[in-house]
Amino acid sequence: MASNEEIQEQLGKREYEAGFVTDIESDTLPPGLNEDVIRHISAIKQEPEWMLNWRLEAYRHWLTMKEPTWAAVDYTPTDYQAISYYSAPKSKDDGPESLDEVDPKLLETYEKLGIPLREQEFLAGVTNVAVDAVFDSVSVATTFKSKLTEAGVIFCPISEAIRDYPELVKQYLGSVVPQKDNFFAALNCAVFTDGSFVYIPKGVRCPMELSTYFRINALNTGQFERTLIIADEGAYVSYLEGCTAPMRDENQLHAAVVELVILDDAEIKYATVQNWYPGDENGVGGIYNFVTKRADCRGDRAKVSWTQVETGSAITWKYPSCILQGDESVGKFFSVAVTTNCQQADTGTKMIHLGKNTKSTIISKGISAGRAQQSYRGLVRMGKNAENARNYTQCDSLLLGDACGAHTFPYVEVKNATATLEHEATTSKIGDEQLFYCQQRGLSEEDAVNMIVNGFCKDVFDELPMEFAVEANRLIEISLEGSVG
Amino acid sequence: MLVIKDLHVSVGGKEILKGLNLTINAGEVHAIMGPNGAGKSTLSNVIAGHDGYEVTSGSLTYKGEDLLAMKPEERAWAGVFLAFQYPVEIPGVNNTYLLKAGVNAKRKHQGLTELDAFDFMSVVKEKAKLVELDASFLSRSVNEGFSGGEKKRNEIFQMAVLEPDLALLDETDSGLDIDALRIVAGGINKLRSPDRAIVMITHYQRLLDYIEPDFVHVLAEGKIQKTGDKSLALKLEEHGYDWVKENL
Ligand SMILES: Nc1ncnc2c1ncn2[C@@H]1O[C@H](COP(=O)(O)OP(=O)(O)O)[C@@H](O)[C@H]1O
Ligand SMILES: [Mg+2]
Repeated sequence: MASNEEIQEQLGKREYEAGFVTDIESDTLPPGLNEDVIRHISAIKQEPEWMLNWRLEAYRHWLTMKEPTWAAVDYTPTDYQAISYYSAPKSKDDGPESLDEVDPKLLETYEKLGIPLREQEFLAGVTNVAVDAVFDSVSVATTFKSKLTEAGVIFCPISEAIRDYPELVKQYLGSVVPQKDNFFAALNCAVFTDGSFVYIPKGVRCPMELSTYFRINALNTGQFERTLIIADEGAYVSYLEGCTAPMRDENQLHAAVVELVILDDAEIKYATVQNWYPGDENGVGGIYNFVTKRADCRGDRAKVSWTQVETGSAITWKYPSCILQGDESVGKFFSVAVTTNCQQADTGTKMIHLGKNTKSTIISKGISAGRAQQSYRGLVRMGKNAENARNYTQCDSLLLGDACGAHTFPYVEVKNATATLEHEATTSKIGDEQLFYCQQRGLSEEDAVNMIVNGFCKDVFDELPMEFAVEANRLIEISLEGSVG
Repeated sequence: MLVIKDLHVSVGGKEILKGLNLTINAGEVHAIMGPNGAGKSTLSNVIAGHDGYEVTSGSLTYKGEDLLAMKPEERAWAGVFLAFQYPVEIPGVNNTYLLKAGVNAKRKHQGLTELDAFDFMSVVKEKAKLVELDASFLSRSVNEGFSGGEKKRNEIFQMAVLEPDLALLDETDSGLDIDALRIVAGGINKLRSPDRAIVMITHYQRLLDYIEPDFVHVLAEGKIQKTGDKSLALKLEEHGYDWVKENL
């Protein structure tokens, strides 16, 4: 049986399967950021005037802001003038009308990543998921549009929604994460390029899982994803986001904003499988993932759940949050974060209880190996009108080796005496006795590590849609691959 | 099947086993008794391949092979099974799932086809009856929230499924009430076979009332001090371990 140290050493050898580069001609803006760049992006996207003004307003405010330093992560600051803010595959003029018009190289890219874009592949009964594929700064394909349209569901690139559904976008964009919310959100508002827009009308249960797949390909390009999902009264949707990037020695920036609006009796389940390139074993390269995700339970009995499986990125700065305004609204956060080598993650959630009888649950599982550092940072706030609000928080950390670290920063603010909070936290090392037990029963050490880690994550994996639970399991296994010498 | 010669083992720099000799043949049932801290669990852990113990000299030969050169899982594939004194809890890992992975790893090693979920479940249900293990334990996390007795029962259930050639049962009787002891002992008796050797580590004569051993050994001060038949256990019960020490 190998010691924790040996396992940890082997963990450094993980392979990143999505690390290839697609050789495709792109239109890329020269590096640099100024108002002209923003005007240019807005013009390429054929945006209305109000949208451009909204971007410029955010940009002017961003100029006055400072990059936050409170997170427990340590990195070389991004030179915002050294990156490009727009890159799109050349073959795309005005968006392909059908998959036949999509560059075969792109289709191949997604195929290699295991993301089927051809609808007939679904019809074979494999699965039931509609996909929006975002490549660098543009959406290259959205599947099953017609089937969704029949149900009244809008699922399209956000750039298209700005042109086709301006009233909906105007009403909700920035209504959950304001333009000036924070440094990265303000930057995103100024330069966001693509992402998905979803609207589920009143009383509609979305007939299939929706999924957006983000791929960063171009060199020295930032990806500024913007996603907006609205579940109108009584509506339901389950949504998954996936992400990968090539292996490069340079750090690349992904600064996303995701807004969810949930009205009376509606429910959104949002799941992320984040597998951005994490950098090599010496910490060279990898994605800087600075993300603002927030859900607003605006209606009574609204429900939202964030489920995230975070295995990638060099730096992760991410706190999917729930604003529980509606009475009896429910927010849930389920997270598995794996950090190996030199990865750093500062992640957690905020549960803001405003309405009566609101409930929130936080289950966070952190796994660290190598020299990785991971922090859970969570805020639970019980507002003064949050009668009988309840929160349950559970934070578990699993350490593989002695050089990694796990930290927990739970913040609590209670302004209503009827609120109840429960908090449990554990930190454990993957036990030699557990490994030995499994090996004694005939499992190889690698299989034993996988089994124990997957068991540790079970509460969270159980929350993932069936289609993605398997993928999450597989990703964790790849992350821990080669754990036996 | 197993030949142990002049085995010296240290834990954390302290010598626990000091020249232990023991030979176990197929079909035999051995009982090892001895005072607390004598090194009984140390012996079973060393046979199973726990790396927390340092073998400073001596040899362990199993089916003609050097056991010390094999990883724990390789020993398991070769038929070594240890029913732990303190079975560890593994949260979130399904009891049956772990066992299936173990069985199939062994089958794969033996060049057999892996059992599918359906075939495996029928084996499992059959074997669970042997120790009257309630079906609800099959789908629970490994040992999590099991009582002491339930853990022990689960160990013997696993033994029944894995069908080992050499089974080491480390204080399987501790923590069992009298009814459970009868059931578990009955299960172990059904697992006796001419091809299988069983080594029972125990403090109590009462287990041996149910499972009659061929040999009883007394382990004290790092060595097998005395070997006899069932009557040795009765004498120990009567006189205590001091009697062995006085008669060294
Ligand atoms: N991991 C360990 N570290 C230090 N000492 C140990 C360890 N494991 C066992 N020992 C010591 O070795 C001796 C034998 O232990 P053990 O084999 O468990 O005894 P038994 O099973 O006969 O009661 C005891 O003195 C015990 O304290
Ligand atoms: Mg013992």
